Amino acid sequence: MTIIRCEDIKKYFGVVKAVDGVSLDIEKSDCFGIVGESGCGKTTLGKLILGILDPDSGRIIRNTGKMQVVFQDPYNSLDPKMKIFDVLAEGLVVRRSSFVVRNADDVKRKVEEVLDLIRLPKTALKKYPHQFSGGERQRIAIGRAVLTNPEFIVCDEPVSSLDVTIQLEILKLLKNIQKSLGITYLFISHDLRVVKFICNKVAVMYSGRILESGPVEDVYRNPSQAYTRQLLSSSLTIVP
Amino acid sequence: MSVLEVMDLKTYFYTSHGVVKAVDGVSFNIEKGEVFGLVGESGSGKTLTALSILKLISFPGRIVDGRILFNGIDLLCSDDKLLRNIRGSKISIVFQEPASSFNPVFTIGEQITEAALVHQRIGRAAAKRKAMEYLERARIGDPKRIYNGYPHQLSGGTKQRAGIAMALVNSPDLIILDEPTTALDVTIQAQVLDMLDEIIHRERLSILFISHDLGVISRMCDSVAVMNKGRIVETGPVKNILNSPKEAYTVSLLESVKALS
Repeated sequence: MTIIRCEDIKKYFGVVKAVDGVSLDIEKSDCFGIVGESGCGKTTLGKLILGILDPDSGRIIRNTGKMQVVFQDPYNSLDPKMKIFDVLAEGLVVRRSSFVVRNADDVKRKVEEVLDLIRLPKTALKKYPHQFSGGERQRIAIGRAVLTNPEFIVCDEPVSSLDVTIQLEILKLLKNIQKSLGITYLFISHDLRVVKFICNKVAVMYSGRILESGPVEDVYRNPSQAYTRQLLSSSLTIVP
Repeated sequence: MSVLEVMDLKTYFYTSHGVVKAVDGVSFNIEKGEVFGLVGESGSGKTLTALSILKLISFPGRIVDGRILFNGIDLLCSDDKLLRNIRGSKISIVFQEPASSFNPVFTIGEQITEAALVHQRIGRAAAKRKAMEYLERARIGDPKRIYNGYPHQLSGGTKQRAGIAMALVNSPDLIILDEPTTALDVTIQAQVLDMLDEIIHRERLSILFISHDLGVISRMCDSVAVMNKGRIVETGPVKNILNSPKEAYTVSLLESVKALS
């Protein structure tokens, strides 16, 4: 089942063609990777799909329930003056009518359930964001996204500000969540290794366009575009 | 002879929450013509080791112990006047963020020229020629335009090349590269590393190369020290460390990278 379909969408900011004619289909339970360098339009595409921005032309068909987002920088995406309980509960409280929370006890129960998922102790609820490491903060941001029972999450560079050992931990968490809750991801990254680890499909973006797309294995093994080959050959592996 | 000998360096920070041992007994040597890597995660003490070498630690931090010999000169016992002659001249540094390593209100050319004027006995015209020459060496396409450009007018990659040109302009005996390509896109990173590799080997430069990326370290370095929590947990030739790591921390670092590649 196709849950997101983009048909030739365009978004220009003045003379900058941030997204310049992108079409793609995201199927249910996909982890769809968008890979490209800074300024290629990845983030704008994510925002268009979420409806944060409207396209200048083209059409986006969303056949999905709730959508959520996890941003790159867990230092900026959590309100520094809110305790973790409030950070997590806000989504439930703000849109109470659309969830199965009737009262404060329900909210508390749901928040505590999600703590298990993101493997944080109950004591975390009384703390503030600055008391956590980058990896822990990103787990909180993921917990907040998952709490509202979304069907679709846009992960915009969710691990690029983290150390490599923490990156692996967060990627595994995202994988587990996908497996147990059946969520569909749009996974935006500049790092081909990360995309290969978590995604089943990938689209390579360059100056607002998708150069090629397909199953990750195919694109990595037989890149049809010169730019993809350049990107692949630039990514460094450990060759002693 | 070693260009740099660091012996049992300790840099602590005295905060209201207690003492943070940012660098806690670090020792290593860099030989002439060697590219020595320092790898570790954020907060492991890599950058503070570099800043300690230049004696650029400020309150509430303090170098509490250790010796740093640079060409036989004990840097930690040197006075400010001698250190000012060494910094930027005999030892230069390239920082991670090219946007913040230039002054935004002067042109790139003025800043490189200034570095040459301060440390070399040459006139303005000669310093200008030097600056232009080093911009070319850093493989900057249109050096004249870049010379007259302001930092905000350049891309991150070009700015970092200019930063490298500025670090080279006084022909230093040691260059510290602190995550020089971390802020760049991968394709630009590959180009800058190629350029660095060529200059390093052509001019037999001695380098302290700091990075959190084992891929970059394995591409650039002869030897490497793995840092964790202010200490060097393992050190040796890059080949040995990457093929047969002995310490648990190195193993876990390598495994996270391998799982992703």
